[in-house]
Amino acid sequence: MNPRRPLLHMLLFCLMLLLGILFLAPVFIVLMNSFKGRFYIADAPFRLPDAATFCGLQNYQNGIAKTGFPSAFGYSLFITVFSVLAVVFFCSMTAWYITRVHSPLTAALYYLFVFSMIVPFQMVMFTMSRVANLLRLDNPVGILLIYLGFGAGLSVFMFSGFVKGIPLEIEEAALIDSCSPPQTFFHVVFPVLRPTAVTVAILNTMWIWNDYLLPYLVIGNRYRTIPIAVQYLRGGYGSQDMGAMMAMLVLTILPVVIFYLFAQKYIIKGVIAGAVKG
Amino acid sequence: MQKSLKKYFPLFVLPTLAAFIIAFLLPFLMGCYLSFTRFTTVSDARWVGLLNYREIFISSQDFLNALWFTVRFTAVSVISINLFAFLLALLLTGGVPGTNLFRTVFFMPNLIGGIVLGYIWQLILNGALYPFGATLTSNARYGFWGLVILMNWQLTGYMMIIYIAGLQNIPEELREAAAIDGATGLQRLTKITLPMVMPSITICTFLTLTNSFKLFDQNLALTSGAPSRQTAMLALDIYNTFYGKPGFEGVGQAKAVLFFLMVGLIAFVQLAITRKREVEG
Repeated sequence: MNPRRPLLHMLLFCLMLLLGILFLAPVFIVLMNSFKGRFYIADAPFRLPDAATFCGLQNYQNGIAKTGFPSAFGYSLFITVFSVLAVVFFCSMTAWYITRVHSPLTAALYYLFVFSMIVPFQMVMFTMSRVANLLRLDNPVGILLIYLGFGAGLSVFMFSGFVKGIPLEIEEAALIDSCSPPQTFFHVVFPVLRPTAVTVAILNTMWIWNDYLLPYLVIGNRYRTIPIAVQYLRGGYGSQDMGAMMAMLVLTILPVVIFYLFAQKYIIKGVIAGAVKG
Repeated sequence: MQKSLKKYFPLFVLPTLAAFIIAFLLPFLMGCYLSFTRFTTVSDARWVGLLNYREIFISSQDFLNALWFTVRFTAVSVISINLFAFLLALLLTGGVPGTNLFRTVFFMPNLIGGIVLGYIWQLILNGALYPFGATLTSNARYGFWGLVILMNWQLTGYMMIIYIAGLQNIPEELREAAAIDGATGLQRLTKITLPMVMPSITICTFLTLTNSFKLFDQNLALTSGAPSRQTAMLALDIYNTFYGKPGFEGVGQAKAVLFFLMVGLIAFVQLAITRKREVEG
């Protein structure tokens, strides 16, 4: 702290505190309303629950019953975890190969992966969901392949950027010690790639966990992930159960916040690295 | 090295490549082709030339309205988010106690998904408008500013973190030397800080630009385009054309191609600017 201007610093601190509270307020308002009866929310969302409006965990029971939240949570978790594992595993291998093997094919592949990063999802959403349907990929296991294909652009790009910086001598030494290329990759290259792997995993987790349209189009009519379950609650006009909605919003935000508090350091680092590259 | 690795193509590249072809490359090529055809199920496509592209502008005003809304929204969001984020970053690098805690708080909204963000702000904004007998969807202006507020809440902390990283890269000696030479605070800001964080400004501008331009989830959850499609952005308009208007799949695909070309143009400009700076630097 600057000792020459303590008053200014005090004022700044108060301003930041105020802004911080303002930033957290929306989440608290939702939390507060999740304990109010469904008819007391829309017209007075800023009022604290009182004896007349408090309804305990009623909204949570209703919301869970209406959306099947536990199964939605399960699908989201399954799809996110295994997609991210697949993306990190296969894309790091691909990036190493296309960076180390110089041929017109690998050069073309590199540019194709980079190109895919700029194509908006709307361009391929209709045809992609048709192809997924035709190839019987419209289930929680098949969608892993779709996520691997869609995540490949950014992930291969980021891994390639890092592989270029690894000195060749390390890998050549491993090969002279009669390691096969797969052994070299898993014992020598991948451990060096680990920081980038964390970044790639974080970026893909944030995307896949929150993704709505892709899973909705590919598996939405049979399997609901969390974002699909929340959107499903909207229902027809006027029939929306505000109480259940608030409870579901809380249940959706809670795991994200917990994850954030534990992995904060990696998330912020990963996001900075991802922004600078992308 | 190359020789021994080369024959491992099936192990190292094929799984990713196969997924990439199925999820992206094939649908992309099909999408380009289908924009010149009339179809409902892909297999019944009939070549119609540029008819779909003409239809976009003749059949309704929806696309142009969505484009205009998107452009206005993007301009306001990019400017406001970057301004707030840069100010917050300046404040947080100025030595205020509790910097890490504030950084954690401001970044948090960025982790919440677009659909959930939309419903959080729908509750709050409808509650704020309730005393005036209005709702978010009673006037397109409310939907517009609602989306701007939502986007600011989501992205300010994210951009702030990139600006903080940029600000921390400025060598302390540079600022001290300027202070000794008698530069005022404002002079130090415009002559040293701003030029030194120019790379961060470019990154943040394009991140907010593409994020705002391609926005879908937040738009769908907050207003879903109401009243009468007036607050629908490009991505939502394309979605509505595909899945809301039977027989218009070809037109939807043609809109998607135009959308892709616009996003591609933004990316191209960004690449050109970044390249130019690398050559100069």
